Amino acid sequence: MSSATELRDDKPERDPVFAIAGNPNCGKSTIFNTLTGLKQKVANYPGVTVEKREGTCFNQHGKRIRLIDLPGTYSLNARSPDEAVVRDVLLGRRKDTPKPDAVIYIADASNLERNLYLATQVFELGLPSLLVLNMTDVAEAKQWRIDVEKLSQRLGIPVVPMQATAGKGIIELKAAMSRALDKPKSTVLPIPPDIFEALQQTRADLVRSNTVAENASLLEPLYLISDHDPEHYGIADSQVGRLIAAHDDLEKKLPAWEDRLAAARYEAVENLLRDVLRRPERDETTMTDKLDSVLLHPVWGGVCLFVIMGLLFYLIFSVAQGPMDWIKDFFKYCADSVKTMMGPGDLRDLITDGVIPGVGGVVVFLPQILMLFFFIGLMEDTGYMARVAFIMDKIMGKVGLNGRSFVPFFSSYACAVPGIMATRTIASPKDRLITILVTPLASCSARLPVYSLMIAAMLPGGGASAFAKAGIMLAMYFIGTAGAFIFAWIFNRTLAKGKGSLMVLEMPTYKRPALRHVALYMFERAKIFLRRAGTVILGLAILLWAAMSFPRHEGDDDAARLSHSIAGRAGHFIEPVIKPLGFDWKVGIGLIGSFAAREVFVGTMGIVYAVEGGDENTAPLLERMKDEKWPDGRRVFTPLMCLSMMIFFVFAMQCLSTVAVVKRETNGWKWPLFQIAYMTGAAWIASFVVYQGGKLIGF
Amino acid sequence: MTADKLLSDLAAGAGGVIRDMLAGHDENITRLRELGLVPGTKIRVVRRAPMGDPIEVSVRGSRLAMRRSEARQIHISAE
Repeated sequence: MSSATELRDDKPERDPVFAIAGNPNCGKSTIFNTLTGLKQKVANYPGVTVEKREGTCFNQHGKRIRLIDLPGTYSLNARSPDEAVVRDVLLGRRKDTPKPDAVIYIADASNLERNLYLATQVFELGLPSLLVLNMTDVAEAKQWRIDVEKLSQRLGIPVVPMQATAGKGIIELKAAMSRALDKPKSTVLPIPPDIFEALQQTRADLVRSNTVAENASLLEPLYLISDHDPEHYGIADSQVGRLIAAHDDLEKKLPAWEDRLAAARYEAVENLLRDVLRRPERDETTMTDKLDSVLLHPVWGGVCLFVIMGLLFYLIFSVAQGPMDWIKDFFKYCADSVKTMMGPGDLRDLITDGVIPGVGGVVVFLPQILMLFFFIGLMEDTGYMARVAFIMDKIMGKVGLNGRSFVPFFSSYACAVPGIMATRTIASPKDRLITILVTPLASCSARLPVYSLMIAAMLPGGGASAFAKAGIMLAMYFIGTAGAFIFAWIFNRTLAKGKGSLMVLEMPTYKRPALRHVALYMFERAKIFLRRAGTVILGLAILLWAAMSFPRHEGDDDAARLSHSIAGRAGHFIEPVIKPLGFDWKVGIGLIGSFAAREVFVGTMGIVYAVEGGDENTAPLLERMKDEKWPDGRRVFTPLMCLSMMIFFVFAMQCLSTVAVVKRETNGWKWPLFQIAYMTGAAWIASFVVYQGGKLIGF
Repeated sequence: MTADKLLSDLAAGAGGVIRDMLAGHDENITRLRELGLVPGTKIRVVRRAPMGDPIEVSVRGSRLAMRRSEARQIHISAE
């Protein structure tokens, strides 16, 4: 057979490449994970934050196969970069990825018509293929009967029924992968004759202008001109203009041709399924319906969401705290050991004050990241995540975001780092960017020590003010949240390209989570975080250490040393800028230190005021702060200044880990730098208004 | 003769056949077509979200959520 995937003798030895394609929620990743086990790697496609998942597996005959798990998509008419990746890999248009030798198309058997829409698009490309019908149990529960034999006959390719979460059908799939695969039967393309003719003309024009290759099929120009992605990812800038012109040309000749294509394809799918699929006249009431009648109930739905989110918050805020403390203690122990083993000197200081806290500052986030992603993995895998988005969409929609932004934003109250990593579940690139930009405004747990210190400085004394203290704390959370919503609203109107976010969302059937899959997902996130964020944070932590240690000043007083260092001089240098906010240069040193991580502020202030153990016990530090005076004798830490300080921390971007993660997730320095600028700018303005306004009305 | 309604106006549980949709190169509506909402297709509103928007519909055996602003573009011949 000429179309077989077997290697021919005249070609250099190379493992065959199989691409796995399918709709979102069809169980694609579960099958990929089952096939590859841990033999997989995750990276980004160059220049874009679309995950490239690759792995190797062995077919039933022990032959090695390279697998590429393509992003889930509904159509080859791309609407976003990940869908463009699917189109380009399958058409062999990507330089970084070989054109697949075969396609494994995964379809949700309980959703056959919609899944076969993309399937027929893919099969028409003419690659040797096989079709997996996954989730046959769900189809059976709906009383659907699928004639697998007949479907296989009509398509001309093997069809393998599967129930991937229970491990059923894997051997059959591997066996099918062992046999030489055929191209799907070339039937007539479901393209109306007039459109077909016009497309041939379009193709000829595009070949002439070198926009597509001479040997391009009719389908390549079709999927290029119907690209809906506002950024046209994967298409060279020089070609975009010609493709849009070709599209508009066709639209003028044959209005609504794209609509007719979609309708014609569904008609073809209906014909294909005639006497293949038998289903009851009325939808059976399924498990999913029963669960949804509670989880999406006007009252109980909200209550359930509240409880589940509360549990999530408890996990990352409270349960993760124990392991985080162990990690902190461990790194402190490391630093102490090094101190006893090495003689004093710059190298020792670099290790104990730069490298170890730098690495520790990254690793300490691990428990939160693991917990959050375990939880998110569960919610995604069971199908509940789509319900969260469904319930929250109205609220998030008010500021131009969609329901998918809710969980990343919510988890940022514990820590923005996992929150930003969680934005990958947002399909729309525009909504994802805006969510990333405003997420650090949620008051994270690192702000707590600063708020506590400042509130204690503001309201010294006894239990009577406990209520007021809690009130101020709550107000800070509220201001941060309001700020995030306001900025989301502004960015939605100004920044990002792309049309108002559509929330067409599939409500998948509920599934029992595959714990192996969830665990894999969790560790994968952790690995990405450690590897990528780790390097950036370590470098910046060493820089900051150097700034606080050099130039050397002789003398045994830490406070004097710090004030003569680069950071100390910088504190003096920025004093004119922060004076209108009520901060002096010593506070400035603390602020500079806090740009590494907010909670560093407390420790740095402890060094500045030469207080021992400022980290664990803030009482001596508070005493010292009370006595701190401006040169003219006024107190520095007035209640108004403390409030101004808290407002500054609500808005300012002071977290290297977040910067590093935003850089990774947005693929460059542009957005993290913008974020630092807008947040710190907003912080300055807000503090200025509070401090100067407060002074005006007599505080 | 059946009355023509907008999908956004249907009550939870009510259904009909898609008669007409906004035409043309609109990324959102085109995607709805690709998800199976083409003229002649049976569609049913399953429920509204607790806050009234979006709505969940059942079409070709799958469940989709969409905002009412999208549902307003879809004309239904009531059953």
